[in-house]
Amino acid sequence: MASKNMMNEQMHEQMVELSNIRKSFGKLEVVKGIDLNIAKGEFFSLLGPSGCGKTTLLRMIAGLEVPDDGVVVINQQSMNGVDANKRPTNMVFQSYAIFPHLNVGENVAYGLIKQRLPKAELRERVDAMLKMVDLDGYYDRPSYALSGGQRQRVALARALILEPKVLLLDEPLSALDKKLREQMQDELRRIQRTLGITFILVTHDQEEALIMSDRIAVMFDGNIAQLGTPQEIYDKPVSRRVASFIGVMNFLEGKCISKNKTSIVVDVESLGQISFPRDIIPEDTSLDQLCVGFRPEMFTILYNKKDKAENEFSSIVKNVDYYGDMSYYTLSLPNSDKDIMVSMRNTSGRYVYDLGETIRVGWRSSSLLVLN
Amino acid sequence: MKKPSVFLFTFVVIYLVFLYAPIMLLPLFAFNDSSIIAFPLSGFTMDWFIGLMSEKTLHRALKNSLIIAVTAAVISTCFGILTARAMARHDFIGKRPSFGLIMAPLFLPEIIIGVALLIVLIQLGVSLNIWTVILGHILICTPFSVSILYSAFNNMDRSIEEASLDLGETRFGTFRRVIFPLVKPGVIASILICFTISLDEFVIAFFLTGVEPTLPVYIWAQLRFPSKLPSIMALGFILLLISLILLAVFEYYRRKSEKLIGKS
Repeated sequence: MASKNMMNEQMHEQMVELSNIRKSFGKLEVVKGIDLNIAKGEFFSLLGPSGCGKTTLLRMIAGLEVPDDGVVVINQQSMNGVDANKRPTNMVFQSYAIFPHLNVGENVAYGLIKQRLPKAELRERVDAMLKMVDLDGYYDRPSYALSGGQRQRVALARALILEPKVLLLDEPLSALDKKLREQMQDELRRIQRTLGITFILVTHDQEEALIMSDRIAVMFDGNIAQLGTPQEIYDKPVSRRVASFIGVMNFLEGKCISKNKTSIVVDVESLGQISFPRDIIPEDTSLDQLCVGFRPEMFTILYNKKDKAENEFSSIVKNVDYYGDMSYYTLSLPNSDKDIMVSMRNTSGRYVYDLGETIRVGWRSSSLLVLN
Repeated sequence: MKKPSVFLFTFVVIYLVFLYAPIMLLPLFAFNDSSIIAFPLSGFTMDWFIGLMSEKTLHRALKNSLIIAVTAAVISTCFGILTARAMARHDFIGKRPSFGLIMAPLFLPEIIIGVALLIVLIQLGVSLNIWTVILGHILICTPFSVSILYSAFNNMDRSIEEASLDLGETRFGTFRRVIFPLVKPGVIASILICFTISLDEFVIAFFLTGVEPTLPVYIWAQLRFPSKLPSIMALGFILLLISLILLAVFEYYRRKSEKLIGKS
């Protein structure tokens, strides 16, 4: 009884439900049978390289493309046969699509005109929205006199003023410089939390997805490779492809030597024989040719003689990438030509190694991931 | 920027003189008090201009030209809008060849076009009248309309139309509130240039006109009479001024169109 209530509750909390969505352009199948549920009030990202189908999927939710197969349900209502202009969604386009012949205020008010509000009320609402996106007093500014970041905020205001159930964002930050992008990431997150609207963001920037999202769907070639929270995707990538797309990853080869019900023993390149519990190995992993990976920050550098780790080896620093707050050391594995990257935070006073110096690396078997 | 050389300066001066000096003769003899077009000048008079006002055949020719020019301009611009939008927004089989065919009249000699159309019309048994001239003019004006409007549509951000739909507007509402305002300067520029081309056009009108001559054809007919020459100079001068004014207005709208679209 309790679980059924929970299921009902969960069902009602879904804002967007996609079932078996397919889309082809000519002979090319761009979206290959996607099932996805996005919860109400969620900040959800579709992450993947160019051509993976994420933008097409977003446009099908918006109603700008019609799926060849499958159903889009928004707020428990099927969107079959519902045109873009009748859907409870609004979109921020990658190019912002600001109307050049209208000024800022007229742009933001565009969708509200149909509602025939009294002039004063319309102006009030537009001004309030402009304030929310930090464009207070910009009503009369002509659209050609705006910077990239300002255009983006006009596009955002224009969409949000219509109080959509779902806000769709198509790579909204890709045209902005780094500082501005970081600023807008905070802004978007803040606005989303304040308004409680479901946001669906399309991006190829994995950092951006990790920073802003409640959950991420990593897409490759028209399919969802992995769905989860940023932490799940970063710490437990299901495949080599997902692992290398997000952050930096070191890859080692491994061969399964023995196995029993609870664990397997893998001979990992350069690191020796390691036992892994069976349950951390992703499904469909072929045990003959395993891929073992670890993030640069999972290994540690032993600075003092008395620092100890479960395992360690020494190596010579081949390259240093210094980022100010972090240092990335490239060094070779013991008895191997293969290079790996290990990173350390430059906490105050911590020594930054130089090229050619010998470094002691410590690691635990739990730092390693087995990947498909 | 490099300082312009003496050669360039000389070249420009000679070029402009060669191009415009003959035209300067028009106002010179239009106000000249003599029925013979020759130097030395005799004196200032407005008689030739005043005389134009009582020429009935002239007024009829003018009326014909205006009807033809307006009709040809409007129809050519309609074709231009449809063609430009199709070219800028859609891909279809035979797109390149169609575009080539539509723009071809720009490169074909007018006399060839005129004669060819005449032959076709005679074969079809169509008698020559205002509409046959309009037909010929649409043929040569449409390429101009297409090229002006194509750049307008091409430079318009495609997402703008989708944004309008996404914000709740209908397709017609999108056209009315977004597309049309943005192409309007281009449309006006197109109408103006097509009107000017048609008004001044002689060769095709000469072949395709029936008993109702256009203004240029009328002028040509009058050249047989030496006494009429100064009046023709006066008329020519008026036409020159009108063409210049129309072209100036056209240029204003063309620039406005580029500025508007260029900013999107």
